[in-house]
Amino acid sequence: MADRVIAGRPIVAGEVEGDALVTHDAFSFWGGFDFRTGRIIDQRHPLVGVRASGCILAVPFSKGSSTTTAVLLEAVRAGTAPAAIVTTGVDTFFALAAIVADTMYGRTFPVIALSAPDFATLRTGVRLRIDRDGTIHPVDRVC
Amino acid sequence: MLTLTTRDSAVLAGDHGPAAQLAMSIVVRMAEIYGAESLMDVTQAHIDSTLYLGDATLEFAERLASLGARVAVPTSLNVSGVDECGWREWAVSPEWAAKAARQMLAYEQMGAIPTWTCAPYQTHLRPVFGQQIAWGESNAIAFANSVIGARTERYPDLLDICCAITGRVPAVGLHLTEHRAGELLLRLIDVPERLQQDDQFFAVLGHLVGKLAGDLIPVVDGIVVRPAEDQLKAFSAAVASSGRVALFHLVGVTPEAPTLDEAFRGRAPQRSLEITMADLRAARDELTTADGRELDMVILGSPHFSLAEFAQLAPLVRGRRAHARVKFLITSSRLMREQADERGVLAPILEFGARITLDTCILTSPMLPPDIRTLMTNSAKYAYYAPSLLNTRVTFGSMADCVASAVEGRVVRDDSAWRTE
Repeated sequence: MADRVIAGRPIVAGEVEGDALVTHDAFSFWGGFDFRTGRIIDQRHPLVGVRASGCILAVPFSKGSSTTTAVLLEAVRAGTAPAAIVTTGVDTFFALAAIVADTMYGRTFPVIALSAPDFATLRTGVRLRIDRDGTIHPVDRVC
Repeated sequence: MLTLTTRDSAVLAGDHGPAAQLAMSIVVRMAEIYGAESLMDVTQAHIDSTLYLGDATLEFAERLASLGARVAVPTSLNVSGVDECGWREWAVSPEWAAKAARQMLAYEQMGAIPTWTCAPYQTHLRPVFGQQIAWGESNAIAFANSVIGARTERYPDLLDICCAITGRVPAVGLHLTEHRAGELLLRLIDVPERLQQDDQFFAVLGHLVGKLAGDLIPVVDGIVVRPAEDQLKAFSAAVASSGRVALFHLVGVTPEAPTLDEAFRGRAPQRSLEITMADLRAARDELTTADGRELDMVILGSPHFSLAEFAQLAPLVRGRRAHARVKFLITSSRLMREQADERGVLAPILEFGARITLDTCILTSPMLPPDIRTLMTNSAKYAYYAPSLLNTRVTFGSMADCVASAVEGRVVRDDSAWRTE
């Protein structure tokens, strides 16, 4: 997608820049993410072993445990959370984690919903900037 | 556009105290995200936020408790991070035990009922058909909606307690009749009755359906047996581990699906797929990651072992003895253990060499010593999560397979029902 701007819908608004980490498989942070290391540990998921801290994690929607929100809250507190989460549709689990992180720690991460066709254009490794209005821009790397 | 009642607004303004205000502020922000036009009452809650993970979950619980939070509706508590009485027998550190116990205390202080179980539908707090509830815990959500016909959204940790404190939820989603219709049709093709009667069938089917469902409400057609409640419990846990399913319909089995047409509320399915024997065999194979040789521990009870399961296990182990090399652990609730004892089915299980952990489970308490490398279980949920959360290998089998393997000291499975005819 490196060449085009996407109009996302800010579910929880924020401004952030990071490298895209894209998966098309739903994800549970509980049983899937170690908030102590920031790594994905779900051995049944294609991203297993990848460090997601600071990335713009693009995942279509959450699955599995209700505890996904609590793991994300721990990750925000520990400084290991993704910089933002981009989904297809509204994922309330990710949104809640962002809201409680804001309430508890004054720190949050943007959660942005995209249409399925826009989501499909995202590519791992592309550097992205998210604006408060949900717009996602590719940015050039500054070496 | 969200419209609040006078009372909701007063709670949000702090008129009912700072804890209710904090809880309402989170409920209202979420209601806006859900696109709700109003909030509605619930008459019961189940709190999954009880799981101690680290300082953040503890700080959240203690913040609410210190502000004087009280639950507004009868509220059950999910598993905690520690077996309060039994943790010293395991590898749990005193620091973990102390913090997990503080988190338990915080939720008890809010007036919740200390059930400490992930199977709250098997306690006296079981909701009824049509009851509006706010439940956390993925297996419990799926069971309450699908098997009982109670109505809950898929509530995440941290929101469940805010709903319990306010007694209010966004009036959206599975609370409303029009959003409970089936969306995805899954037809069983030539799946014989003999296999459907197999002890593992519903757990395996749940694992497969969770993977196939995506974000749709699945309807399974072609079930010809009458599953026991614990088989539907196994299905609920499996479907909500491999997938995000909060409501499913099994035609002819679950209460909102007496017929195929009623499961879809007269609408057409958005998609249809077939499930064959080959699909089921592959799904069953996915639940096993071990090579089938060594065995360190048999683990039963996710969701928590019920009285009926204790009664099913007792005759399988009576007069037998687990191999000295294999630990045999059952995770359950205080209530179920007590009832099993009263019924006389606990004694033969303890004589067999089984140990019982209460209040928690092996996934939510760091209790297994590092020399436990390979597990065997009849729980699709344990099988699904153990490789990632515990870094163990796992074999999935029936309850009888688990007992036979514990006796032999190696994996023994009766695969006859799963072989090609």
